[in-house]
Amino acid sequence: MATPLVELKNIKKYFPVKKGVLGRKNSFVKAVDDVSFAINKGETLGLVGESGCGKSTTGRLIMSLLELTEGQIYFEGNQISGLNDNQIRNTRKNFQMIFQDPYASLNPRMKIRDIINEPLIIHGFNKEERMNRVTELLEIVGLNAYHADRYPHQFSGGQRQRIGIARALAINPKLIIADEPVSALDVSIQSQILNLLKDLQKSFNLTYLFIAHDLSVVEHISDRVGVMYLGKIVEIADKKTLYKNGQHPYTKALLSAVPIPDPKLKRERIILSGDIPSPANPPSGCTFHTRCPLATDICKEKVPKLREIGEGHSVSCHLI
Amino acid sequence: MTEKMLEIEDLKTYFYGDEGVVKAVDGVTITVNKGETVGVVGESGCGKSVTSLSVMRLLQDTPGEIVDGSIKFEGKSLLNLSEKEMRMIRGNDIAMIFQEPMTSLNPVYKIGKQLEEAIKLHLRYDKKKARIHAVNMLNLVGLPRANEVMNEYPHQLSGGMRQRVMIAMAMACNPKLLIADEPTTALDVTIQAQILELMQQLRNESNTSIMLITHDLGVVAEMCDRVVVMYAGEVVEESDVYTLFENPKHPYTKGLIGSVPKLGQDVEKLDSIPGNVPIPTNMPSGCKFAPRCEFAMDICWKKDPVLLETNDKHACRCWLYQDQEKALEV
Ligand SMILES: Nc1ncnc2c1ncn2[C@@H]1O[C@H](COP(=O)(O)OP(=O)(O)OP(=O)(O)O)[C@@H](O)[C@H]1O
Ligand SMILES: Nc1ncnc2c1ncn2[C@@H]1O[C@H](COP(=O)(O)OP(=O)(O)O)[C@@H](O)[C@H]1O
Ligand code: SF4
Ligand code: SF4
Ligand SMILES: [Mg+2]
Ligand SMILES: [Mg+2]
Repeated sequence: MATPLVELKNIKKYFPVKKGVLGRKNSFVKAVDDVSFAINKGETLGLVGESGCGKSTTGRLIMSLLELTEGQIYFEGNQISGLNDNQIRNTRKNFQMIFQDPYASLNPRMKIRDIINEPLIIHGFNKEERMNRVTELLEIVGLNAYHADRYPHQFSGGQRQRIGIARALAINPKLIIADEPVSALDVSIQSQILNLLKDLQKSFNLTYLFIAHDLSVVEHISDRVGVMYLGKIVEIADKKTLYKNGQHPYTKALLSAVPIPDPKLKRERIILSGDIPSPANPPSGCTFHTRCPLATDICKEKVPKLREIGEGHSVSCHLI
Repeated sequence: MTEKMLEIEDLKTYFYGDEGVVKAVDGVTITVNKGETVGVVGESGCGKSVTSLSVMRLLQDTPGEIVDGSIKFEGKSLLNLSEKEMRMIRGNDIAMIFQEPMTSLNPVYKIGKQLEEAIKLHLRYDKKKARIHAVNMLNLVGLPRANEVMNEYPHQLSGGMRQRVMIAMAMACNPKLLIADEPTTALDVTIQAQILELMQQLRNESNTSIMLITHDLGVVAEMCDRVVVMYAGEVVEESDVYTLFENPKHPYTKGLIGSVPKLGQDVEKLDSIPGNVPIPTNMPSGCKFAPRCEFAMDICWKKDPVLLETNDKHACRCWLYQDQEKALEV
């Protein structure tokens, strides 16, 4: 089998939180808790789950924006975790990120030209190369050369997201981590950006890690999908298998909860009770047991392992 | 005959600011019948919230002003009421749920106190009875530990719990009309499913009329009997929910429906509406959707079509369905 572009092996990120008046007794938010998966070249891996389940933290760990608590990350077969800034500079230019909030992620005092130039300067492009590249990038994402001299506030949300994409593409990355890239956009603009991302993937042979909480959007854009709950992957499979034949009780509940824009469709819905527990104080055993309609005694005690049950289809549940 | 609960007629609410007049709501007509759930959909800034704030008469703290039109509740005009009379209607006959629960919960008072106060004011219960009713309401909306939650502050609760408290507060006085502005947008999907089910249950039990504002077509399909689609301060289409999804007429409605990926329906490319919503201070003349419309004709740039109802109770604001010849003559 071909080497995956990126591979995560048992990665963990525990954020320390101070407890108690004296702030002495440390405990941890287990934001990412033993996650392993691979992203193959040219594919889109979707990552879904409810807020706080560790999607963004996973993305930031791959970008080395955060330090791993445990585990290893490989890029094209070479370990990149644990290296220092100098050692990974060359690798890092293969990774770019697109963020949720097109308002907050662009510096309001910088012209679009300078925003897109930033990564080009860091990676040593000369002035003329940069000039041409900016024009080219703006056109690639559906904007015009004359937009280069404007400021972010002069653009709509969808246009700003296009600028974010142009910047991410600037130095020909191999992997783009898109963290809720369309969540803040209106539906009619959302589809423009989703279509653009698909086109760009084809043109430039990009690999995406697409993080989102909207299951319909993730189904549309992904080849494979991983479902996260409280810092863990509970199920991962190719898109068709996951959406048609998802096995984990949480996957099933998530899918059944999505309102579908078709009034004729009356579905039996699995309504989960209760709230998502805090990752600072996760339940024992299977962390989903407090909300799982199928939980049994063993679920409270024993942590289920993520096991492969079919080709490329893994689930972590005692019943499966 | 169907009983009319809320009649918004030709409502115009404008904001006067430094950059000029923003015609946030520009001639909107929406009727909500008794026991009916009417969805109001449209993109950010199209005037959904301003419409609901106008009904509740909650524009005082904004530069906004109702400049024309009428709003009737059970046949009586709300616009002529004094602030004191209006206060008795708010929370009593008409309740509102906001997208952000903290806008209607006071951070410095315990949940119990806030609920009790509302119940005492509107239902004129004594303290003891109000407390019992408050706990009952919290149980009804499925809050675990209702008794404890009474003694907690809003910040101690999760987003889903706060939304439940707000629904409990809104439903406590058994309102005839509930206006829910994006009640589940900020929530995770499994929590959203809980809240939507709760709202359906309350509606079935108490026959409350609901005006449900949302940008989520899935929520509309699930919850609503009738749908009003808004674009740039105007209603562009209105029909029962089945017709709207099966046979949308307005190019904007069609574009919206084609833009959302549907679970289990794998399409290579989504439809999309080109361009962006117009800038409110610089609205195009003629049909406001013309700059983004693939069917735009000459007349569309010159004259705004009216919202025309066909005999099947399906209304649409588009020249494709109206007599252009006649319009050009006048
Ligand atoms: N306090 C205010 N001052 C000035 N303009 C305002 C104010 N509130 C709303 N507007 C303007 O009125 C128009 C309609 O706004 P409204 O809040 O009703 O949109 P909406 O349809 O509820 O959008 P969203 O889906 O984002 O909630 C917008 O152009 C908005 O900028
Ligand atoms: N810098 C941080 N310090 C402490 N806790 C954090 C930090 N970043 C994230 N967390 C916590 O880690 C958990 C996972 O967060 P995140 O990865 O952002 O979730 P998601 O992207 O899935 O919504 C949450 O409980 C969050 O509050
Ligand atoms: S292990 Fe038990 S609690 Fe966890 S998902 Fe499976 S059945 Fe539910
Ligand atoms: S009136 Fe003209 S521009 Fe407006 S929606 Fe209809 S066809 Fe399009
Ligand atoms: Mg996130
Ligand atoms: Mg609004």
